[in-house]
Amino acid sequence: MGRYRHYLYAILAHVAFVLIWHFTVVWSGVPKFIMPTPLDAVKELFEPHYNWGKHTWVTTLEVFGGFGLAAVVGVATAVLFVWLPGANAALMPLLVTLNMVPKVAMAPLFVIWLGFGIVPNMVIAFTICFFPIVLTTYRGLMEVEPELINLVKSVRANRWQIFTKIQLPGSLPYLFSGMKVAAVLAVAGAIVGEFIASDRGLGNLLLIQQNMLNTGAMVMALILITLIGTALYGLVLALEWFFVTRKEVAK
Amino acid sequence: MTEPFIRIENLRKVFRVSGRDLVAVQDVTLDVHEGELVSIVGPSGCGKSTILSILSGLIPSDGGSVRIGNPQSPFTPGRDIGMVFQKALLLKWRTILDNVMLPAEILGLPQRQTRERARDLLQLVGLGDFVEAYPQQLSGGMQQRAAIARALVHDPKLILMDEPFGALDALTREKMNLELLRIWRESRKTILFVTHGIHEAVFLGSQVAVMTAGPARMADHFRIDLPEPRQLDVKTTEAFGAYARRIYGLLGLS
Repeated sequence: MGRYRHYLYAILAHVAFVLIWHFTVVWSGVPKFIMPTPLDAVKELFEPHYNWGKHTWVTTLEVFGGFGLAAVVGVATAVLFVWLPGANAALMPLLVTLNMVPKVAMAPLFVIWLGFGIVPNMVIAFTICFFPIVLTTYRGLMEVEPELINLVKSVRANRWQIFTKIQLPGSLPYLFSGMKVAAVLAVAGAIVGEFIASDRGLGNLLLIQQNMLNTGAMVMALILITLIGTALYGLVLALEWFFVTRKEVAK
Repeated sequence: MTEPFIRIENLRKVFRVSGRDLVAVQDVTLDVHEGELVSIVGPSGCGKSTILSILSGLIPSDGGSVRIGNPQSPFTPGRDIGMVFQKALLLKWRTILDNVMLPAEILGLPQRQTRERARDLLQLVGLGDFVEAYPQQLSGGMQQRAAIARALVHDPKLILMDEPFGALDALTREKMNLELLRIWRESRKTILFVTHGIHEAVFLGSQVAVMTAGPARMADHFRIDLPEPRQLDVKTTEAFGAYARRIYGLLGLS
């Protein structure tokens, strides 16, 4: 099957989903305040009083900020664990335990510690994204053929050379699989934060519109949240394609 | 006759495994002259690979002595060794050319000349058309050719090969044996070639060292006098068969 046909099928499936949604609502006669059609939701976009731009920007900032921070700190932590086996032995189990703490349930605490606003929500997204990135990157960095290490050591490669020429590029496929998991979680983290303590963001807007039974705006908020997540996921896929796939499936 | 390039005397290596001493290598005595291809043949666990690790300076020996280099051809550890393993161990994110460049990069050799040399070597091993290809586009045999080019790129004096063709199918292996002899003749390197294959050892070696397991020691070593340059049909001659039988005997297989 051709590559373009794959894209075509994917687009068709999305279009079909929206059409089925639309006609199911129209033909079943469900009231608008229970389930709006996609068109009803999109119409809300043109109501300026919702301030869509501001809220979308805030949530985007939280999602991308939390994710970006987790990527940087996560990779750095994994590198540290590889370089200092002692730190790994002591801290990896601790990290696994801490990961068991439901980050979402920590949101009320973050609010006490960090106050109201963007920062605590970013931190929640960060704590959720951090662990999968550390774990997969660490695994990727350790996944080196011992004989390859012998080979480069026979020409006296130092630790830095082994790291930059073999370990780091070798860990990228693992790093990206961790990032893909994290990208999905990042959005959930930021939104939960907004539910609990925020006067801004799409999560906050969602809650406020719920009080007014304004399902059209709620669904529109959901669509925008999904788009933010998709954009982040797409960014990760693009980076993965650039750094990994492009080379490994070279024609 | 000049001094041997490698002189191994009574080499011994003991590993401590869960509190017990395990003799990995003992009684290995071997002279290798520059430009020779020496096969080391024996079963698994006879310490063949351990000898290569000691020669490459990766692990120290526990007894005996190893000297590499002679006044005509001094040896620089960490500079004069190329290695080939059973797995090609190519980096899948690098092109074949960049893979071959790896040891040269680590040694900090001048990029431009070395790239030229890497291209020439890929030509030598028959991969001239695959310089910009990625490893996963190549067959197992071709990947091993690239690994051989990589072992040669920094122009080392000694090439250590640890069952380089062990993972290849029988026909590809025969072909690679011929190719290796050609590369060896053209590059005039000293090669130590570790193998499980008795016929491969006889076919390739200027001399053969036979190792036995349990206890891991060198049973014998002898020259192989077969017509040069060797062709595959030499394997059907009586002389070849006699060498093979001798090794079978030493390994207790006859």
